[in-house]
Amino acid sequence: MQEQLYQFNLASMSFPPPTLIVRELWLIPAAPIVTSGAIALLKQPRRKLSAGLAIGSLSFSLFLSLLAFARVVATRALMLHFSFHSLEHETVNLAWIQVGNSSVDLGWVLDPLSAVMLVMVSFVGLLIFIYSTGYMKDDENYTRFFCFLSLFAGAMLGVVIANSLLLLFMCWELVGLTSYLLIGFWYQKPSAAAAAKKAFLTTRVGDSFFLLGIVWLFSQTGTLLFYNNGAGSIESGALAGLLAQPAALGLTAAGAIGLLIFAGAAGKSGQFPLHVWLPDAMEGPTPVSALIHAATMVAAGVYLIARVYPLMQAGMQPGGTTTALTVVTWVGAFTAVFAALIAVAQNDIKRILAYSTVSQLGYMMAGLGMGGVAVGMFHLITHGFFKALLFLGAGSVIHGCHEEQDIRKMGGLKSDMPLTFLAYGIGMLALCGFPLLFSGFWSKDGILEAALHWSVAKTPFYMLVFGALLTAFYMTRQVAYVFFGHWRGGRPAHESSPVMTVPLMILAFFAIALGAIGTPAWPWFRAFLDGRRAGLNLYSFIEPSFLTLMCVSALVVFLGLGLAWRLYGDKSPRPEEQDALERAIPPVWAALRDKLYVDEFYGATVIAFYGWWARVSDWLDRRVWSGAVAGLAGLIGLWAQLNRFLDDNVVNRGFDKTCEEINVGGGLLSQLQTGRVQTYMRLLALGVLALVAILIWSSRA
Amino acid sequence: MSFVFYILATLTISGGLAAVLLKNTVHCALALTVAFAGLALLFLELDAQFAGFAQILIYIGAVAILVVFAILLTKGSETPKDGVFSHTWLAGLAIAAAVFAVLGWAVVRSAPMLPGAAPAPAVTVQQIGDALMGRYVLPLEIVGVLLTAAMIGAVIVALHEKEAQK
Amino acid sequence: MTPLAGYLLVAAFLFAIGLAGALTRRNAILVLIGIELMLNAANLNLIAFWRYGPHPEALTGMMFAIFSIAVAAAEAAVGLGLVIQIHRHAHTTDLDQMNRMKG
Repeated sequence: MQEQLYQFNLASMSFPPPTLIVRELWLIPAAPIVTSGAIALLKQPRRKLSAGLAIGSLSFSLFLSLLAFARVVATRALMLHFSFHSLEHETVNLAWIQVGNSSVDLGWVLDPLSAVMLVMVSFVGLLIFIYSTGYMKDDENYTRFFCFLSLFAGAMLGVVIANSLLLLFMCWELVGLTSYLLIGFWYQKPSAAAAAKKAFLTTRVGDSFFLLGIVWLFSQTGTLLFYNNGAGSIESGALAGLLAQPAALGLTAAGAIGLLIFAGAAGKSGQFPLHVWLPDAMEGPTPVSALIHAATMVAAGVYLIARVYPLMQAGMQPGGTTTALTVVTWVGAFTAVFAALIAVAQNDIKRILAYSTVSQLGYMMAGLGMGGVAVGMFHLITHGFFKALLFLGAGSVIHGCHEEQDIRKMGGLKSDMPLTFLAYGIGMLALCGFPLLFSGFWSKDGILEAALHWSVAKTPFYMLVFGALLTAFYMTRQVAYVFFGHWRGGRPAHESSPVMTVPLMILAFFAIALGAIGTPAWPWFRAFLDGRRAGLNLYSFIEPSFLTLMCVSALVVFLGLGLAWRLYGDKSPRPEEQDALERAIPPVWAALRDKLYVDEFYGATVIAFYGWWARVSDWLDRRVWSGAVAGLAGLIGLWAQLNRFLDDNVVNRGFDKTCEEINVGGGLLSQLQTGRVQTYMRLLALGVLALVAILIWSSRA
Repeated sequence: MSFVFYILATLTISGGLAAVLLKNTVHCALALTVAFAGLALLFLELDAQFAGFAQILIYIGAVAILVVFAILLTKGSETPKDGVFSHTWLAGLAIAAAVFAVLGWAVVRSAPMLPGAAPAPAVTVQQIGDALMGRYVLPLEIVGVLLTAAMIGAVIVALHEKEAQK
Repeated sequence: MTPLAGYLLVAAFLFAIGLAGALTRRNAILVLIGIELMLNAANLNLIAFWRYGPHPEALTGMMFAIFSIAVAAAEAAVGLGLVIQIHRHAHTTDLDQMNRMKG
């Protein structure tokens, strides 16, 4: 039986019992983690072996993910055909720690959501691994790089398949750790070490709220599992209980927990105000930026919200929304615009892309809040591909420009690096949402459509549209600076090796192709996630509301493209010159370039407070606690002296005195021994006298 | 109490008193002899004739003589300058008085319980001889040994040691 | 007062006199004299109790007294011999001066 295969207590499995692929789903994250451990134990750095192991294990995970995906597709077909829903989430749960009647469970789940994410993460990850063999070729810490990358991949896959909040949190933290290790990969650079620390601490702030949410959820529902044959913490029974519980500020427990979990997601996904770590994380190598800070880890926050969506959605009336989702939407929309504004004024190629990532994550969050799981997740998947593409392309550009990252020192690369230009162009158009051909258009349109029909307010729609305009603007600016005009750098640039360009091509292909599963004509992705059948409906394009939206978004994109081209185009200003926009609106430009002073704000408030607190603690430690200890030591010294005094005078002298007195007493007694016989006889007589008296006295009648 | 008893008692007691109170040691020894004689007569009065005669023979005939010899040999006839009594004589006297008080008290208290006059026992020397050889033969032999030892011991103790003396 | 009580009182008095002499006189020989008096007083006691006791025909008291006399004689001999020897050593019979065992 299946139970014999496990050493843990098997808590539960979904019914009907899962097939082999679901039972062994744990292999998907386990393989890269084990590889990471194996690489770590290598005595000497072995470049080919470590890279080979990492790529091999991730290929294996990809293979298993595809199998799992196929399984989900098949079961979904079965479900739709026979109309039953019990296979919607196939789970395997293990009881890890048992305390009395309750237990802390771990487990994994295979459902459409985790299936698509598995495929995306492992596929994009594999491509980036292959890319890294070329990019990190000249680095001496090659082996350590692949060790950390493998660990990251395993942890991320663990987050994806986790059915237990605890397992998710453990892998979440592991992902954060590997992010820290990889951002600070070149730890000799102080800026890299500082950036790694900043990333870790900022996400920590979010994670503490997340942990609070987990604990609260566990205490309310008694279980940490998501799906457990109806007994899971986000299944209907538990949700009903959570809705009935009031928390503070007019929220129910469900809403409050949802907000706490969103806080964790906001930290990991770089939403305002916890976005400050993402741009600084660009200190890490470019493959790291591509994998972690574009495609996967930052997407983990969005994935988390999608995972606990029933909780976020609990109590929603049809056509309405819940407090949690409203907050998610507003934060997402605000972040989208905020980051896009800052991206306009940046000059580092990776930093522009970083702010772009923050902005797109805001889009995803807004999509989740307004449109549901499918809308947000589609954008996540497409963004994963084209953002990875853009970062890898940027890496190729940096590599080709001999580690130059300032876009003002590049230019004219479309002829020097044609393949990179092609791939980068495709990625850029996908990100801007160029109509019809590119996947980004369809995913972003899905979000805009949801925003248009949102019942609470229309403001997010306008914000997101403005954000789309800005996205097109800054991406065009970047491409114009980098690929058009003339070369402004030092040595001439060169194209990258095939090991780097081939992954770019593959990603570019998917940046276009993925659009096909998200169009309204055949909304396969949305139907897949929602568990419905997807029908082919070519007439959906001609629906008036949808047509209007398509035209509006297309117009916005062209506007942004055109505006930027007019300002920047082929001009290629010299690095010392002011930017064209800067000439127009200098104060705004300065504010945008300085990242709208968020970091400075933190420095003045939180960090200054922390410094003050550290000084107070130091004073306390040095004066108060040390003083107390010194005082105690002094007291003990006094006590010791008192003891010595007592010992000398009372004990010793007392003893001496006693001995003297005994001597004196002895002397007195010895006077009885006069040496004279008559004295002894007298004493004898006295003794006899006493005896006789006693005898006579005792014998009286 | 018969008249004879009182006289004899007086005699004995005065002899004893004299024996301890007189300054001249030889006079003390002679008074002691008187006391012994008085006691012997008391024994006779108590129908213990053998004991009385034994008393005369041994005490007066041997012990008293011995005492006199010892006095003469130790120049006891000389009166010491500090007085014959020790300077703590009062304590000794007090103790002796206390002893007498206790004994007298015992006698007086038990006076009603003491047997009254009884007929005189007729004791013949034959009976004494039989007793000595019969019932009391063991004590007799032991006393013999004791006397032998005492004699030898006394001789050794009082022997002149020519080397030690010079 | 019964005759016995009278004899007993006499013996007690004689005993006390002997004790007083033994305890207070300086001369060693006089101490021995006192001791002899005490012994004699005890003998008197014995004879008196024999005479007025329940079984005078058993001769117990008299035998006791006779043996006592014999032992007293032996003791007097040895004691006086000791006194003589002491006199040879210390050239005195003053008991107050014989305190070498002091302390």
